Amino acid sequence: MATNQQKHEPPKELFVPHERKEDTSEKITKPSRSFFQDARRTFFKNKSAVLSIILMIIIIILSIIGPYFNDYKMDGQDLSRAKMPPKVPVIENLPFFGMDGTLTSEFKGDDVEEATQNAVMRYDNNEEFIDIKVLSEGDGSADSAEVSATYNIYEAKEMQDEYFWLGTDQLGRDQWTRIWLGARVSLIIAFVAAAIDLLIGVAYGGISGYYGGRIDDILQRILEILIGIPNLVVIFLLMIILQPGITSIVLALTITGWTGMARIVRGEVLKQKNEEYVLAARTLGQSNGKIIRKHLMPNIAGIIIINTMFTIPNAIFFEAFLSFIGLGIVPPEASLGALVDAGFKVFRLYPYMVFYPAVLISVIMIAFNLIGDGLRDAFDPKMHK
Amino acid sequence: MSKLLEVKDLSVSFNTYSGEVQAVRGIDFDLKKGETLAIVGESGSGKSVTTKAITQLLSKPQGYIKTGEILFEEEDITKYSNKQMQKLRGKDISTVFQDPMTSLNPTMKVGRQIAEGLIKHRKMSKAQARDKTIELLELVGIPQAEKRINQYPHQFSGGMRQRAVVAIALACNPKILIADEPTTALDVTIQAQILELMKEIQREMDSAIIFITHDLGVVANVADRVAVMYAGKIVEIGTADDIFYNPKHPYTWGLLGSMPTLDSDEEELYAIPGSPPDMLNPPEGDAFAPRNRFALEIDTKMEPPMFQVSDTHYAASWLLHEHAPKIDPPESVQRRMQGFASMDDGKDGED
Amino acid sequence: MEQEKVLEVKNLQKHFKLGRKNIVKAVDDISFDINKGETFGLVGESGCGKSTTGRTIIRLHDATGGQVVFNNENVHGKKSKKDLLKLNRKMQMIFQDPSSSLNPKMTVMDIVAEGIDIHKLAESEADRKARVEELLETVGLNREHATRFPHEFSGGQRQRIGIARALAVEPEFIIADEPISALDVSIQAQVVNLLRGLQRDYGLTFLFIAHDLSMVKYISDRIGVMYFGNMVELAESDELYRNPLHPYTKSLMSAIPLPDPDYERNRTRVAYDPAEHDTSEEPEFREVKKDHWVRCTTEEFEQYKRQLENK
Repeated sequence: MATNQQKHEPPKELFVPHERKEDTSEKITKPSRSFFQDARRTFFKNKSAVLSIILMIIIIILSIIGPYFNDYKMDGQDLSRAKMPPKVPVIENLPFFGMDGTLTSEFKGDDVEEATQNAVMRYDNNEEFIDIKVLSEGDGSADSAEVSATYNIYEAKEMQDEYFWLGTDQLGRDQWTRIWLGARVSLIIAFVAAAIDLLIGVAYGGISGYYGGRIDDILQRILEILIGIPNLVVIFLLMIILQPGITSIVLALTITGWTGMARIVRGEVLKQKNEEYVLAARTLGQSNGKIIRKHLMPNIAGIIIINTMFTIPNAIFFEAFLSFIGLGIVPPEASLGALVDAGFKVFRLYPYMVFYPAVLISVIMIAFNLIGDGLRDAFDPKMHK
Repeated sequence: MSKLLEVKDLSVSFNTYSGEVQAVRGIDFDLKKGETLAIVGESGSGKSVTTKAITQLLSKPQGYIKTGEILFEEEDITKYSNKQMQKLRGKDISTVFQDPMTSLNPTMKVGRQIAEGLIKHRKMSKAQARDKTIELLELVGIPQAEKRINQYPHQFSGGMRQRAVVAIALACNPKILIADEPTTALDVTIQAQILELMKEIQREMDSAIIFITHDLGVVANVADRVAVMYAGKIVEIGTADDIFYNPKHPYTWGLLGSMPTLDSDEEELYAIPGSPPDMLNPPEGDAFAPRNRFALEIDTKMEPPMFQVSDTHYAASWLLHEHAPKIDPPESVQRRMQGFASMDDGKDGED
Repeated sequence: MEQEKVLEVKNLQKHFKLGRKNIVKAVDDISFDINKGETFGLVGESGCGKSTTGRTIIRLHDATGGQVVFNNENVHGKKSKKDLLKLNRKMQMIFQDPSSSLNPKMTVMDIVAEGIDIHKLAESEADRKARVEELLETVGLNREHATRFPHEFSGGQRQRIGIARALAVEPEFIIADEPISALDVSIQAQVVNLLRGLQRDYGLTFLFIAHDLSMVKYISDRIGVMYFGNMVELAESDELYRNPLHPYTKSLMSAIPLPDPDYERNRTRVAYDPAEHDTSEEPEFREVKKDHWVRCTTEEFEQYKRQLENK
């Protein structure tokens, strides 16, 4: 241990008692911020969450106005333009994106000729609109030759001036229009289901947790029974009785979906109601209603919001799942799940039909999860610095 | 006595959203073989961070050692790899943490938790480790050790759990035992037992102990030497007698004055006003100045260096400068100093 | 001089039911009085029921048995809303944990004003603001702090906000439930000085619950020592410090570390073994000397008496 007394000798005149102009010992230098201001700041520092928010806003806007970008209708069937691949102005000249209105696939045969024949047969026998590239000559044995065929279907059908941005389905309906209408239906289902979960779950969990005792016992037993029934069984039974559609899917999702929220809210209320600030309010004579409104609600709001954020992607996925197995939205109505289902059947030949709705489902689910994560961090006071 | 551990100009910072928090700002101290050094300070003074820097248990990547060296047996351990550090932590430097409930694995039998280190670091066979475990549990005063090794932590009471934690820390005969507020979560009677236990073990094993606490009573009980930390700096360091009977830093005065003694009369406690500074932007000059009723003008401009009071005693306060006006410490502290003076006389007589 | 009793606790019991057969007797038949203007200290180790006693007195728990009489009125039992509000104004509480005793989503203004709002003590918005600012200054904070949120304050400051909240309804009697045990030493002294100052200025009566005997000794006029739901000893604080009788009190006193290395080197700890009591006779709370009560058997009673006489 070295004393560095000699290093810089301080001026003598400073050795007088310091006179305080004001009492600064209790001063707080940090700017004043409420909890929610802090939470907002933390949230907006989270890049992936902000990006997700922007993405979701774009997706929601598109699901509202997207279908009106072109003149095609959701159920505008026209078999003459069925299964058209995506074609977008400008981007059609950039082969990399694959949106030039052509279908490309590889065909095999015993020799080049047979392979080419297979390709032509596949593509409506329109030989003049098919470009063939030989990938391997083959040696005469089975399926040794391979060619790549590119079919310019728009030219073949003399629809060079038409643009189906995301192609058409088997019945010639425009996929762009259907995807955004489908997204709209999926999002509506998700939001409504989450809102109902929230309402029932918060009320049920809140009452159960706050009043405790016998009420809690009874409500918890009911909840356990509900959780004990496999929800798929309930949903299957419901879907059989009800007409498939938005209402029945929402009903199916919410009939057991709120239990998770109820459990979380109950646990949180149980924890918070024994916190000392609630006890303090009780000793001051605060009424139960005001304790719930002024003390408990603001302090469990964070958890409720976060949980809702995770309910939404689950609902979207569940709707897609139901539609995919044919219990959900039924064509001609569209939902993302129904579109994936339709596309899946011709997946090998027309991959674009399943690709775009599947990507959209994934993006929506990832975005909501990232937003939820961001909110969870934002509501955690430990993250506020 | 040889220096077992030497900390030189250690600074530790944490990167947070709003900037760099300077938790420790250039501290020097050393630890000799077999001695107990107590580090006292308020929460946020950097006392825990210091030991976490020594064992490299800082929460990474936010926390990092900014400057300085930590010499363990003359080797700079800040340069150690993770693997070397793990070995060092297992063998030479062990830590006892504050909360005995969270520092034991609740799903693992207590005996196995102790034996784990023995098998891993001391290369014992299972049977050897078992015998040694029982021996250790007996050493820390857990009765019926043979039965206890097959129990889970929740079957132990709070005091017993902390004893088991001490046993784990002692398993590999560490040269340094870091005790990070080991008794804060315990009741006074249990605390007294654990303190006695640690002193006894130290006598037996000749380990050095770094004892972190905010309780000056505990310090008086265990420490040979005391370092007082405030706002990331050591403001006073010396033997226990230096600190308790001849304190020089106004912060130490405040700490001592704010504890009532059992025979104190009806008087106001000497409290330190205000709250500790925000280490995100520590104040200019002496960090303690805003709470110091003896602050000098210079305290607001320049940080005080360490002034030597005696061979063992150093304090960082401008009041010790030759130009400083003479200031009488508060009454309760003066009474302590008088006690010290009379004690000194007694010693002289004996010599 | 007969002192005026503010609070009488008579054979108070509080049992918690854990499962069907498992009953925890957190507080098992304790009695004591608190006089006007005094500080009554309640000490004991964690789990001895001292906090439960405090919370039962202020009705945060319903008593299993016994009575709490405050200003000659029973606190427990069925009460009208008006009576309850009246009680809430007279009796207040300061809590242990400064990090959880303030609602993190409310400003300091709203936290301190909560009692003012409930009991409609402010005539106008301006009056409410003035009252809160005055209270903040009473506890040593600045009026500018009113617009801030709890997380911006240090532990000691938060504890003082909690004190301001309790003071807002102008209570006579305050239960301080380990108000300093979560604070740093230097901050403890601030809060203790503040409480003593308030007692002097407003003539408050305190029930001070803590496990730190040296602080309790400093602040209290009389002290009750609790052990496993029972009161084992009760005496004036000097008397208790000089002549502890119950072996548990002795053990507790011998375990307190004091900031004095010399004393610490020579300290001998006394361990308490509950088995040393004669279990064939149910111990009772008896007055060994005037105002010095010990829970003991008849035999121990005689022994303690002799012990005191020989002093």
